[in-house]
Amino acid sequence: MPMLKIPFTRKALAIPYAVFLLLFVAAPLVVLFYYAFTNGKGQFTFDNLTGFFSDPNTLGTLLYSFAVALAATAVCLLIAYPTAYFLSKLHLGNKTSVLLIFILPMWINFSLRITALKEILTMIEGNLADFQFINAVIGMTYDFLPFMILPIFNTISKLDGSLLEAARDLGATRSQAFFRVTLPLSMPGVISGVMMVFLPAMTNYVVLDMLYNSTYIMGSLIGSYFAAYNWHGGSMIALILLAIIGIFTLLGQNGSEQEDSRGGALL
Amino acid sequence: MKKYPIRVIFLLIVALFMYAPILIIAVYSFQDSANIGTLGSFTLKNYVKLFTSPELRDMIIGTILLALISAAIATILGTLGAVGAFYSKKRTNSFISTLNQVPVVNADVVTAFSICILLVVVFGIGKDTYIPLVAGHVTLCAPFVYLSVVPKLKQMDPSIYEAALDLGATPAAALRRIVIPQIASGIISGFALAITLSLDDYFIATYTKPATFDTISTYVVNATKGSYTDIKTALWALSAVIFVIVVVIVVIMNVRGNRAEKERSVR
Repeated sequence: MPMLKIPFTRKALAIPYAVFLLLFVAAPLVVLFYYAFTNGKGQFTFDNLTGFFSDPNTLGTLLYSFAVALAATAVCLLIAYPTAYFLSKLHLGNKTSVLLIFILPMWINFSLRITALKEILTMIEGNLADFQFINAVIGMTYDFLPFMILPIFNTISKLDGSLLEAARDLGATRSQAFFRVTLPLSMPGVISGVMMVFLPAMTNYVVLDMLYNSTYIMGSLIGSYFAAYNWHGGSMIALILLAIIGIFTLLGQNGSEQEDSRGGALL
Repeated sequence: MKKYPIRVIFLLIVALFMYAPILIIAVYSFQDSANIGTLGSFTLKNYVKLFTSPELRDMIIGTILLALISAAIATILGTLGAVGAFYSKKRTNSFISTLNQVPVVNADVVTAFSICILLVVVFGIGKDTYIPLVAGHVTLCAPFVYLSVVPKLKQMDPSIYEAALDLGATPAAALRRIVIPQIASGIISGFALAITLSLDDYFIATYTKPATFDTISTYVVNATKGSYTDIKTALWALSAVIFVIVVVIVVIMNVRGNRAEKERSVR
């Protein structure tokens, strides 16, 4: 290929984005890895890793994040599944318009929504510090509920209605048809929804901060290392989170919807 | 609907949970009271403060500018990347799609922390240059643009591009006049998605922003930690304004979407 006249190819259009991804996605992860396994003097060390798993405080934080995330995901699922199911079964000409009512909050700045929630909770509870775990779960549920409703609604409304009819024709009761046909077939949406709620609920510590929560989740640890300029400790936490996220993503990939639901309702 | 009153009641309760805090805040934004629960007299002072305070004005304009600039860059990069990857070899394509997926599934706090380490700690780029902030927001948004353009490329009829070439169009012209118009809806929804992601972001901004700059999210989070009641109530007014803007945009998009759908079904 002559150097002076570079022919236009469609493939070449990918180069800027590929370079961008290498610079701002791949390179930060490499650096994260390096910092996680070195100390302040640049020497290789496992101290950050063993430090995390031998400190009862950080291990407690890990367990607490799992508890908060599990509870928030369960509550979201218990609210979102019936919501999505009832919405998809509404006898209305335009279900999408009604769905939008339940999706719209995701476009309002989360910090303003959580501020509003905080005011209401303060009015109801008085001292927010007395109900830290419950408030953490309420806050996460309030923040992430739309992200659970959307993918479940999408899968249920795409289900082939004739399958349900067939089940009924073959003698299944309404509830049997639901549990043996609708529920299993809507699992991809449920898995996407769980991914959309569980991982942020482990990391989005600012929701807790805003609710005057002094309890720590995994994200809070990164925040406190960041505030202390401890890049090595913070990198290790980030790496551990990355591993958890990676495992969940691989587990979820088998069944989940391929489309992404983080704001996917725009389409 | 008459058949399932319980379903409708359930949906109403969920909607109430989602909207009650924001609506109560909106009502209190017109009240001369800094505490929810105690009614004062009607006032517009919160709105006056919101629109006249230079601090609040700078913060709102800064947030919008940041969103527009990073969404524009993200849209160009993500669209080029999607088109280029689509026409590349399978290996290049899957390499780009895999890297693209990382910021999508990753926790925002991990993305933010890793970009902060790479750009600020390793490369020593000052946060005051705004480079880490914009780079971070583009990293957050571009993958979603990519994801909303790819399906449009897959839906495209490849023979039209070939036909344009056969009829004498240069590849660049064929791309501009054949491919881009066909994927335009994906580019536009990607851009809109990028804007909403940037507006809603807290973590990237916190870890990469200059100390003197605030987005709505970082400002609100810091304000809830302080106890300045006049700022607190001015932010209630901001919540009400943003709520109204989001509702108006969603209603307009929905009406236009319905109309387009009707036209399609008529044809």
